[in-house]
Amino acid sequence: MLDNAWIIPAIPALSFFLILFFGKRIPTKGAAIGITALGTSFVLSCVAVYQWIDRVESATGGKSEGLRALGRSLIVHSGESKPVVEPVLHHITWWSNSGIDFGVGIRMDGLAVMMCFVVTLISLLVHIYSTAYLHNDTRYTHYYAMLSLFSAAMLTLVVADNTLQVLLGWEGVGLCSFALIGHWWEEGANSKAALKAFLTTRTGDIGLLIGITVLFWAAGSFDIGKINAYALSPRADHGMLLVAASCLMVAIIGKSGQFPLHTWLPDAMAGPTPVSALIHAATMVVAGVYLAARLYPVFWNGFSIGHGGVNFMVLIGGITIIIGALLAFVQDDIKKVLAYSTISQLGYMVMALGSGAWVAAVFHLFTHAFFKALLFLGAGSVSHSGSHHSFDMKKDMGGLRKFMPITFWTFIVGTLALAGIFPFAGFWSKDEILLTAGKSGYTFFVVVGLIGAFLTAAYMTRCVYLTFFGEYRGHGHPHESEPVITVPLIILSVFAVLAGFLNAAAVHVEKFADWVEPRVSFPVLVHPAFDYPTAIISLSIACIGIGVAAFFFFKREELGALNGLTERNKVARAGYNFLVNKYYLDVLYENVIVASIRGGIARGCYWFNQNVIDAVVNGTAKGVRVTGQWTYDFVDRKVVDGAANGTAEVTGESGGLLRYFQAGRVQRYALYMFAVVGLLALLLLIANI
Amino acid sequence: MPFVLSTMVAQTVAFWILAVAMAVAAIGVVRSQNVVHAALYLVVVLAGAAAQYILLVAEFVAWVQVLIYIGAIVILFLFGIMLTRAPMKPDGPLDNNQRFAAGVVSLFLFGVLTALLVDAYGNDQVKPTAKLLAAGSPANIADSMFRNYLVPFEVVSMLLLAALVGAVVIARRD
Amino acid sequence: MTLNNFLILAAFLFCTGLYGVLARKNAVLVLMSIELMLNAVNINLVAFSAFRANVTGQVFSLFIITIAAAEVGVGLAIVLLIYRNSRSVDLDQADQLKG
Repeated sequence: MLDNAWIIPAIPALSFFLILFFGKRIPTKGAAIGITALGTSFVLSCVAVYQWIDRVESATGGKSEGLRALGRSLIVHSGESKPVVEPVLHHITWWSNSGIDFGVGIRMDGLAVMMCFVVTLISLLVHIYSTAYLHNDTRYTHYYAMLSLFSAAMLTLVVADNTLQVLLGWEGVGLCSFALIGHWWEEGANSKAALKAFLTTRTGDIGLLIGITVLFWAAGSFDIGKINAYALSPRADHGMLLVAASCLMVAIIGKSGQFPLHTWLPDAMAGPTPVSALIHAATMVVAGVYLAARLYPVFWNGFSIGHGGVNFMVLIGGITIIIGALLAFVQDDIKKVLAYSTISQLGYMVMALGSGAWVAAVFHLFTHAFFKALLFLGAGSVSHSGSHHSFDMKKDMGGLRKFMPITFWTFIVGTLALAGIFPFAGFWSKDEILLTAGKSGYTFFVVVGLIGAFLTAAYMTRCVYLTFFGEYRGHGHPHESEPVITVPLIILSVFAVLAGFLNAAAVHVEKFADWVEPRVSFPVLVHPAFDYPTAIISLSIACIGIGVAAFFFFKREELGALNGLTERNKVARAGYNFLVNKYYLDVLYENVIVASIRGGIARGCYWFNQNVIDAVVNGTAKGVRVTGQWTYDFVDRKVVDGAANGTAEVTGESGGLLRYFQAGRVQRYALYMFAVVGLLALLLLIANI
Repeated sequence: MPFVLSTMVAQTVAFWILAVAMAVAAIGVVRSQNVVHAALYLVVVLAGAAAQYILLVAEFVAWVQVLIYIGAIVILFLFGIMLTRAPMKPDGPLDNNQRFAAGVVSLFLFGVLTALLVDAYGNDQVKPTAKLLAAGSPANIADSMFRNYLVPFEVVSMLLLAALVGAVVIARRD
Repeated sequence: MTLNNFLILAAFLFCTGLYGVLARKNAVLVLMSIELMLNAVNINLVAFSAFRANVTGQVFSLFIITIAAAEVGVGLAIVLLIYRNSRSVDLDQADQLKG
C-alpha cells in the first residue's frame, strides 16, 4: 500500500463524484457511499501504517525504490545512529518544460502515514456520526459529497511529494471548508461566516504562493525532498530561505488560525458540528502545521531555529496560545469555547515547531486530533439531544450529566486529555513540547506554555461546569443520544486515553518518534530525555487550573465579593468587554480596514475612474466631435462646398456674360474678329518699330 | 530722261484721279441706301481698278478684270438683287446697328495698315524698266502660268467646276 | 510712281470693304463688299508685281479673280436659297445659329 498510496485519496474523490451523480437516488441518500469509501481508505491507511512501521523496524537501510542518489548524498547523519529509512516516492510527470517538472506523486514516510491514519479515522467517524446529526437535512447528499471531497483534498495534501500538489490540496480543503461552513446558507450569518473563513485563509494563501515560488527559485524544484535537501546543504541561500519561511508562515497563520488571522475560526462554528470536528479541529486547521512539519528544514534554516532566542514562528505561536485561551473564558457558546481552544492548541504546535520540538509538535497534532474531535462531537451530542439544538451554555444547558452519561464521561476524558492530565494523551504531548522548548533555549516560551496550560484547564472546567453541572436551564427534554453518535465518542475517548503512550518518554517508549521523525534531509534536533521536574510542574499547574475554576464555579455563593465583579468594577468591565469583543480585532478588520477600503478608498477610486479616466475618454470623444462639427461648418461647408458652388456660380455668371457674344449674328462675330486682328497688328507694328 | 519724267508726272496725275474716283465710289458702295446704286458704284470701283492695272503695265490682268469682274460678276450681282427683292417691300435701312463699331474698326485697321506701309516701303518707286514692260505681256503670263503654276491653274479650274455645279445644285428649285 | 500710293489705296479699299461687310444688312451688299476687299488685294499684288518686275503677282491676281467669280456664284446661290426660305435677305434675321 505504500507504493500505491495514491489510492487513499482517490477513493474519496471517486465517492465524491458518485455521491454527486447518484446520491439522491439511493436509499441512504449517499451516506453509504461516503462511509464505504472512507472506511476503505481507513483500512488502506492502516495497511500503510503497518507497512511503514515494518519498514522502519526492519531498517535495512530502505529499499532503493524511489531512492534518489542525490538524497542519499545529502543525508545529514542522524546522530543517534538510527539507520536511514527512505520515504517511498512515486511521481508521475504531467508535463516538463525547460527543466521545470509539473506532476503529481506520493511521498510516503512516517508523517504522511500518520496523517492518513488520523484523517481517514476521524473522517470515517464523522461520516457515521452525521447520519444521525444531519438526519432529514435538506442538503444531506451534498453534505456527504463535500465531506468526501474534503477528505480527498486533505489526503492529497498529506501524501504530496511536491509543493504544487500541496497547494492543490490546500485550496481544495479551503473550498470544502467554505462549502461546509455555509451548509445552512439560508441564514445570512452562516454564509457570511463561510465567506469570512474563505477570505481570511485566502489572505494567507498569498504567502503560500509566494513561498512556493521563492523556494522554487532557491532550490530549483518543486519536489519536497529536493527542497529539504537544498535547505540543509551548505549552498543554501539563507536570505531566500528566510523570505520563503516567512511567506509560508503567513500561510500557516491563515490556515491554522494563528494570531492575527484567527478570527475566522470561531465564526466557522456556524457550520454543522461534525464539520467543525473534522475540519476545524482535527484536520484542515492542522494543514498549516503539517506544511511546516514537511518543509521543516526550510524553517529550521530560514528562522535559525537551532540558535535559540526568539523567531517569528515561536513568537506567533506563543501569542496565539495566550489570546486563544483568554478568549475562551468569555464565550457562552460551547462550540466557540472549543474553537478558541483549538486556536490555542494550534498555537502550541506552532510554538513547538518554532522552538525545534518537531516530534513534540507532530505528536501533539496526533493527540489533539483525537481529543478535540471528541470534544466537538460531544458538544454536538449535547446539542442534538440535550439542549434542543442550541449551543448556548448559559441559557440552554446545565446539569446534563444526569441525562447524558456517555456524553458526559467521554467529554470529561476529552477535557482531561486537553488539560494535560496524566495519564491522558494531552499530558504526554504537551509535556514534551515544554521539555524540548526548554532544552533548546526557548525558556520564555516554556513559561508561556505553562500559563497556557493553566488557562486551558480553567476554561475547560468552566465549560464542563456550565454544560453538565448545576440545574438544567433549557427548554428541551434532554436524553442520551443514539448509538450512532455515542459510539464514535467512545472510540475517540479510547484513543484519547491510549494515544499518548505511543511516545510516553517516562516509560522510555518513543515509538512515535522512531516511526514518524524523518531521517532523510532532516536537521539534527534536540531529543531531551524525560524530565520529571518539568512534568510535575506542568501537571501541577494544570491541576491548579482545574481546582481554581472548580472552586470558582462550584462554590459560587461563598465568593460573594467576586460575583458580578465585571458588572461593578469598571476596569474589570473594560477587560471583559475587551475579551468579549475579541480584542476588537474583528472591529479592526471589518470596520476599519475593510470599511475604509470599501468607503474611502473605493469611493476615491470610483471618483478617479469617473472624473479622470472617464473624463479623458469623454473629453477625447467630445474633442473629436467638436472638431468634426467645426470641420463640417468651416471646412466642409464654407471651403469645400464654397469651392464647388463657387465654381458653378462663376461658370454660370461668366456664361451669362459671355452669352452676349453669341447672338447668332455673323457680322458681329466678324466685327470681333477684325477688331482683334487690328489690335494684334498694332501690337506687332509697335513691337517692330 | 524726259520721257520718264513726263511719263512719271502723267502717271501720277492719272493715278490720283483714278484713286479719288475709286475711293468715292467705294464709299458709295458701302454707304448707299439703294442696292442698285451700290452695284453701280461697284462698277466704278472695278473699272478704276482695271485702269490702275494698266498704269502698272499689267494689261492682261486689266482686261481680264474688265471682262470677268465687270462683265460677269456685276451682272451676277444684279441678277441676285433682282431675285431677292420682294416686289412690294419698301427699302428699309440697309445698315445694321453695329455701323459705328464697324467704322471704328475699319478706321483703326486702315490706320494700322497705313502706318505699316509707310514704315515698310517709305518712298519706294515703281520703275518703268524694260523688264517691267515685258512682264505684263500675255505671253509672259502664259509662260509663267503654264510652266510654274500649272498645278494651281488646274486646281482653280476644278474649283470653278465645283462652284458651278454647286451653285446650280444649291439654287435649284425643288 | 510711288509704290505706297497703290498700297495705301489698296488698304483704303480693303477697309472700306471691311466696313461694308460688318455694317450692311443686305446679304448681297455684303457680297459686294467682299468683292471690294478682293479687289484691294488684287491691286496690292499687281503693284508688287510691278515693283519687283515679276509676273508672279499678276498670275496670282488672275487666280484671285477666278476664285472671286466662283465665290460670288456660290454665295449668291446661297442667298437665293435663304431668300426662298425666309422671304428676306436681312442678315439680322438669319441668327438661327445663336446659342
